[in-house]
Amino acid sequence: MPESVVVDVNVNGVAYQREIEPRLLLVEFLREEIGLTGTHIGCDTSYCGACTVTLNGRLVKSCTCLAVQADGGEVCTVEGLEQNGELHPLQEAFSEHHGLQCGYCTPGMLMASKSLLEENPSPSREEIRKGIAGNLCRCTGYVNIIKAIDAAAVKMQGV
Amino acid sequence: MRNLPAQNANTPGQATSKVGAELQHEAATLHVSGAARYIDDIPVPASCLHGAVGMSTIASGRIKRLDLSRVRQSPGVQAVLTLQDIPGHRDIGPVFPGDPLLLDEGGVVQFHGQALFAVAADTVTEARQAARLAEVEYENTESNLDIRHGLQEEQLVRPSHTQSRGNAKAAIEASPRRLHGEFSSGGQEHMYLEGQVSLCIPTEDNGMMVYSSTQHPSEGQKLVAEVLGIPLHRVTVEVRRMGGGFGGKETHANQWACLAALLAWKAGCAIKLRLGRVDDFVGTGKRHPFHTEFTVGFDDSGLIQGVEMDLAGGCGYSPDLSDAIVDRAMFHADNAYYLPAARITGHRVKTNAVSNTAFRGFGGPQGMLATEAMIERIARAVGEDSLTVRQRNFYSAEDGRDSTHYGQKIEQHIIPSLVERLVGTSDYWGRRAEIQEYNRQSPVLKRGLALTPAKFGISFTVQHLNQAGALIHIYTDGSIQLNHGGTEMGQGLYTKVAQVVAHAFQVDIERIACTATRTDKVPNTSPTAASSGSDLNGMAALDAAEIIKKRLVDFAGNHFGAEPGDVCFIDNQVHVGQERYSFAEFIQLAYMNRISLSATGYYRTPEIHYNRDTASGRPFFYFANGAAVAEVLIDTLTGEYRMIRADICQDVGESLNPAIDIGQIEGGFIQGAGWLTTEELVWGEDGRLQTNSAASYKIPAIGDTPGDFRVELLPDSPNREATIFHSKAVGEPPLMLGIAVWSALGDAVASLSDYRESAQLNAPATPEQVFMACRSMRERN
Ligand code: FES
Ligand code: FES
Repeated sequence: MPESVVVDVNVNGVAYQREIEPRLLLVEFLREEIGLTGTHIGCDTSYCGACTVTLNGRLVKSCTCLAVQADGGEVCTVEGLEQNGELHPLQEAFSEHHGLQCGYCTPGMLMASKSLLEENPSPSREEIRKGIAGNLCRCTGYVNIIKAIDAAAVKMQGV
Repeated sequence: MRNLPAQNANTPGQATSKVGAELQHEAATLHVSGAARYIDDIPVPASCLHGAVGMSTIASGRIKRLDLSRVRQSPGVQAVLTLQDIPGHRDIGPVFPGDPLLLDEGGVVQFHGQALFAVAADTVTEARQAARLAEVEYENTESNLDIRHGLQEEQLVRPSHTQSRGNAKAAIEASPRRLHGEFSSGGQEHMYLEGQVSLCIPTEDNGMMVYSSTQHPSEGQKLVAEVLGIPLHRVTVEVRRMGGGFGGKETHANQWACLAALLAWKAGCAIKLRLGRVDDFVGTGKRHPFHTEFTVGFDDSGLIQGVEMDLAGGCGYSPDLSDAIVDRAMFHADNAYYLPAARITGHRVKTNAVSNTAFRGFGGPQGMLATEAMIERIARAVGEDSLTVRQRNFYSAEDGRDSTHYGQKIEQHIIPSLVERLVGTSDYWGRRAEIQEYNRQSPVLKRGLALTPAKFGISFTVQHLNQAGALIHIYTDGSIQLNHGGTEMGQGLYTKVAQVVAHAFQVDIERIACTATRTDKVPNTSPTAASSGSDLNGMAALDAAEIIKKRLVDFAGNHFGAEPGDVCFIDNQVHVGQERYSFAEFIQLAYMNRISLSATGYYRTPEIHYNRDTASGRPFFYFANGAAVAEVLIDTLTGEYRMIRADICQDVGESLNPAIDIGQIEGGFIQGAGWLTTEELVWGEDGRLQTNSAASYKIPAIGDTPGDFRVELLPDSPNREATIFHSKAVGEPPLMLGIAVWSALGDAVASLSDYRESAQLNAPATPEQVFMACRSMRERN
């Protein structure tokens, strides 16, 4: 049994301290240790993006990141997008514009698009395509995902 | 109940949630907030253990020794399950036997990755590590992965079947021109983003509660009961949603549910079994690869006179659903074309691969693709644009060119006008001229264009599956709970069926809650497959709604002395003559007067039949039609390419929800394009799948989709058959529109011969294949 370590991770503004095995992945930490199951496991190997979260403001694939790497850091997951009971404009746009079918890729897509809009608040369609190039969707053919991100960007610019 | 719930002083507004409205997915809010629960997200009992499966490391041979002592001693292991432990059935073949659940010493391994044993441990990692520790000695035997070789050796999982009309051989010989060709298409991994997963919890009565990511809960229930040796009524299977299915969870969810149930029974506690992605790739079936040989006779205009075609599907090691899948390939070997004389034979070839299974289109795409490849070659041979040759060969009401090679009459000729419309909206001919000009000027980069149609038969070809059930409860606050046998995998089925029920009662969709598909709510259901979800379950739900409505109308008659015609459901209200009641108010009144507010509904598709002995009948209730134009740009020196533009027109009848239908079309087209371009399955000589993860198996990413993508639903085209509100199925048909992309790639390659020759391009047309096709075209020209 590998020695356990203590980590302090702030997730969506809440501080968590847990004693974990050093090999525990960040995605396992989120899902099993603190019960946030909105972050999904798709491919296990950093290719699909279903597990995308931000760590200290940067996008990471939490299936390919150890929980100990997040020690002392701040993680944001899909559960942290909603503020004071209000959906984030991206969340609204993904529902309204049919940016999801089975929904399994959706949390990762939302995190990737949030990070895209933070860097580039009014991206062109081409920039949107580049921005979510690391996230796979098997259902939608991506068209409505692009529409949703575009609509959210417009809305967020407006306010 | 003593006290009825308070009614909201509900100011009735117009009910907007009706059939035809572009409502968002019923669980959209749950999805975007991360609250939607998939199987792996369900909170588990504290004692829950995790399962993993030990798999074979050879493709063919006998197990001489299977020593699991290291597995048992591995840290965290609580239970090990072997073949000998299984109290009931040991074979889970869904239609025919041939799928052993596990193997033991003396057992025969038939593919690389076959399940030998299962293990339960405290954590997922411990279970997976233990599963790798078995010591196995094999006696290897020769394995075969080649369809042609298997066919030569007559290694078949099921007998071949032939459909024929007239004397095809004679018709071909009498034709002015003849062509003989071969074509092969590769398989396809489903790559549902949520992998196979099942959670089993033993119940107090020695039964099992099973949560399974499955398209076919009733079959899961039956098989779990059979392997446990208990009656079906002790097993309940539930699935609220899947993270994608695409056919890959029609029969291939069963094995993992059965193993989890057996482990739970053996360990006496809850078990979750979630396959890691590599195990999922290796251990579950895929789309069938096909090898096709054809001889076709035609005239100088490219009009087909006769066809002989042998379609050989690579089934893997067992029958699974291959009989019906190869049948469907045969049923679609005509695609949209009249074959005056035809002999179509389908072979079910056994190979040492995982048993191939349902995948969106269910063999239809493979049959259609072979025919489209044939049409391409005919067009080059007669020196015409392939579109022209396609149009010439369409079914039509004239000259008796309106029946299929299996005897079904084409009642409605939608394709010719749909294609004409798409030719216009996509500016096919204008772009054709422009592309030819571009290609003349551009020595290295070449553009390609193609239009392909798809006519897809709707119904299960296995007749008894064409039935469905639904269950509706109305509660005393006027809220409605809806359940049916169909499963939700992202296709929007729950949303559409809820719209049907909202429409029936003329109430808002918010009043309706869709509940998880469960075998104890609606029993004996069919798989959610064959694009039949809303056709079947929509009708069953409508039936249940109509039963309750009739009770309510009769009640109004008795209670108020109203004539049935005086009672109507409108805008969240019930009108009885001049009186208006809010829906909830009326429901409470009915309850107080002891009217049953719950009903089951049932539907079976009328008129369909197919006689296998005569290979004829009317297997399909109707056809869904569509066409796509794709434009690509290829680099003839590297084989790299891009899809530039796609235009689609799809006939969905009177759409239940146009937004959902368009989403299905976009997603289906891209998935079809993936099958024919980047998605390549490669097996090693040892029978091991080399492309066993998303790292090496490439499904379309956003950059692989066309920047310019236009989708239209064919307007004013209600289904003439009495389907649910005259809509048409949309799940599978658009996948076959992806064939346009493959054809466009061939067209770009053919430009190297000034369109005199057709490209030697099998599927998938990976960049490597396109490069080779360009090179061989250059060598010959
Ligand atoms: S699960 Fe992390 S990228 Fe796929
Ligand atoms: S919606 Fe299913 S994977 Fe994206």
